[in-house]
Amino acid sequence: MIALVIRRLLQSVAVMLAVALIAFSLFRFVGDPVAQMVGQETTLQQRAELREQLGLNDPMPIQFARYVRNIAQGEFGISYRLGRPVHQLLGERLPATLELSLVAALFALLVGVPMGVYTALYPQRWLSRAFLTLSLVGISLPTFLIGILLILVFGVVLGWLPTFGRGEVVDIGFWSTGLLSASGWRSIIMPAFTLGMFQLTLIMRLVRSEMLEVLRTDYIKFARARGLRARTINFRHALKNTLVPVITITGLQLGAIIAFAIITESVFQWPGMGLLFLQAIQFADIPVMASYLVLISLFFVIINLVVDVLYHVVDPRLRAERAVAMGNR
Amino acid sequence: MLRTTAIVAASATILAASLPAHAKDFRFAFQADANSMDPYNVNESFTLGFQGNIYEGLVGRGPALDILPSLATEWSVEEPTRWRFKLRQGVKYHDGRSFTADDVVFSAERVQKEGSDLKARLATPGVVDVIKIDDYTVDFVTAKPNPILHVEWETWSIISKGWAEEHNATDPQAVTGSEENYATRNANGTGPYILESREVDVRTVLRENPDWWDRANKRGNVTRVVMTPIGTDATRVAALLSGELDLAYPISVQDIERVNRTAGTRVLVGPELRTIYLGMDQFRDELLYSNVKGTNPLKDKRVRQAMYQAIDIEAIKSKVMRGLSNPSAMMVGPGINGYSEKFKRLPYDPDASRRLLSEAGYGDGFEIGMDCPNNRYVNDETICQAFVSMMARIGIKVDLNAQPRSQYFAKVLAPKMDTSLFLLGWTPGSYDSHNPLFLLHGCQNDSGNGQFNLGRYCNPEVDALTSQILSETDTDKRNALIEQAWTKTIDDVAYLPLHQQALAWGISDGVADIAQRADNVFHVRHVVMK
Repeated sequence: MIALVIRRLLQSVAVMLAVALIAFSLFRFVGDPVAQMVGQETTLQQRAELREQLGLNDPMPIQFARYVRNIAQGEFGISYRLGRPVHQLLGERLPATLELSLVAALFALLVGVPMGVYTALYPQRWLSRAFLTLSLVGISLPTFLIGILLILVFGVVLGWLPTFGRGEVVDIGFWSTGLLSASGWRSIIMPAFTLGMFQLTLIMRLVRSEMLEVLRTDYIKFARARGLRARTINFRHALKNTLVPVITITGLQLGAIIAFAIITESVFQWPGMGLLFLQAIQFADIPVMASYLVLISLFFVIINLVVDVLYHVVDPRLRAERAVAMGNR
Repeated sequence: MLRTTAIVAASATILAASLPAHAKDFRFAFQADANSMDPYNVNESFTLGFQGNIYEGLVGRGPALDILPSLATEWSVEEPTRWRFKLRQGVKYHDGRSFTADDVVFSAERVQKEGSDLKARLATPGVVDVIKIDDYTVDFVTAKPNPILHVEWETWSIISKGWAEEHNATDPQAVTGSEENYATRNANGTGPYILESREVDVRTVLRENPDWWDRANKRGNVTRVVMTPIGTDATRVAALLSGELDLAYPISVQDIERVNRTAGTRVLVGPELRTIYLGMDQFRDELLYSNVKGTNPLKDKRVRQAMYQAIDIEAIKSKVMRGLSNPSAMMVGPGINGYSEKFKRLPYDPDASRRLLSEAGYGDGFEIGMDCPNNRYVNDETICQAFVSMMARIGIKVDLNAQPRSQYFAKVLAPKMDTSLFLLGWTPGSYDSHNPLFLLHGCQNDSGNGQFNLGRYCNPEVDALTSQILSETDTDKRNALIEQAWTKTIDDVAYLPLHQQALAWGISDGVADIAQRADNVFHVRHVVMK
């Protein structure tokens, strides 16, 4: 197990380097940061000097090598737009994004799994049909549209929830949390719902189809024949065996939630990394874009690792295979 | 009985103390945050305008853009190349330091240093020396006489020397390196509001400066300001409609009606100084993007005029801009010195256009590529699309390439100028015609002449007039020269001016009065809350 973790962490370095390389090869197309950084009265000569100082005239491999060298020394550079160190900016924004993503993922999981189980157990009831219809809506409406509709209904017309921002935040060391204040919770409801909606429907449909599959298997029939209680059969035997694919998908989707929080964050002006990244793109703020992409790739690697470890916990067969393999060696 | 009265009186006093009758919060949102609190960091109007609540320059500008005394009480031209500024006495910075001539001299040095984006504040008027005469008198020496030395100095903020030295912020933020400059997130000005807290891109809070020198004359009554940037147009409008904001701007033209229809909010519309125009490559011997080879059709004035007269500007105004534009015959709008009602747009006349084209030898039309931003100006891409269809009517097939601003500017701005036909907007920072004549119409050279003349229009007579305008100190003569210069460039069809776009600010009914400046600068000191 430890060998697996170490191997994966080493792989993650390669993944991050690859992501940074691809990112740098794309930066040629994001436009000219200098035109954004200076006002209209800055002379051509001053612009050229600035471009030279920032190393924008160097060939891409050299820019990339310089970036990697600086990162290795813990220097992520200065944001072109805000004039502040990039690691500080990302550090300030990380809590907002992670809180939003986790709340959205928990919401998707805690609502999606029971809905999936219900629709599998009682496929003919009207509530199941309602869930399925609703999930179609959730899966087909684009995120920004859901967000804007929610804002319109709950923010503008009903006036129940704030339309933007994170509400009041409390600083705990380096972490700023909105989950300790009423306004913070009120603020997170709509963004988390918007962000989690797609995952919710995905999880629900996945659990449903897996459950339907498992419920048809022989051991469930035998369990019924043994006279076990329905709840024991459904949850201990059936649901547990549907969980491997659910964990895989949920894990991978958590990465997707963090990465695609960009749109939700911009709709709700949620001060997370995604919003920072979007602004960085508009400004051609290369240091911020590069570091964000590297950080996100790190998240994906870590999440995949956690998912792999969870397999071993959930599925005894994997443990057994490994034991056999070790024994044969 | 007596005791009760005393208690009542005492609690009334406490109430009055804790809830001043005029405690007014003001919450507003712009589409982006100020990039920095350092007033020399970037020459961008929102950033400088926001800093203008905290910092002040030697001169100020009122709601109608009239030049007013600020940190300087009066100024005079001692010799043609030497201006004397008398400084206001008794002014204190927010940290308690006194404002003196040393701060002015220090700020003059700092604004010219590496990393400053406002070098032009002193470089453009040609200031060669800044001399402290006594604690409250400063002389500015210029290389040549300059009648408009101080017109851009509202946004040249005077920074405290002692404060900058104490916090190691004597240099502006460096673009490379890894250290953050103290002045990036902290501010110490002399202005009506004090920076209380700043969370970049999230929330910036200002509170009223109780010791501001001009507090007695201040109209506004706002005591606390909360500025939150909201990037998405729809969210910004929603926040205004839901009552979470007192001011949101800009409001896109599509949303104006909705804001006006909603009880409790309305849109304040006013003219903006920025002129939107089309530029044409008149320099290259063959256009980069055209099917005409071996020659450049845009060098022919008849072709340029044909394009001009094929633009149905009223259709653009009513359909694209929903009435919120002011069609313009000039490259400057009302409010800029040198603007004149005398100049009229050439009439919309596609038949005349076709005639002109066939005279020029392009009776069958031609193809040309066009560059356009899609997130910079009000409905920029839609304007370009409308232009494309208007050109199609006279046989010119325009191939439109609309891009986000960062790609767009990288392509069309100097040094690349990789374009044949483009849309751009321009606000003269000096509120004077010399700026667009010099930067947009001057023959390009290394000394900054024609730096934004991306089509490289060049008329030596205009250049001669422009340099005369720079140093002519007699106002009447100078204005006559400006008119001559505009007559020539308009006659040459150097550009195809379109319109000045309108400003649209959404305000709540809690706002009793607010000043909407035509340069889109917003100063909280003019806000009166109910």
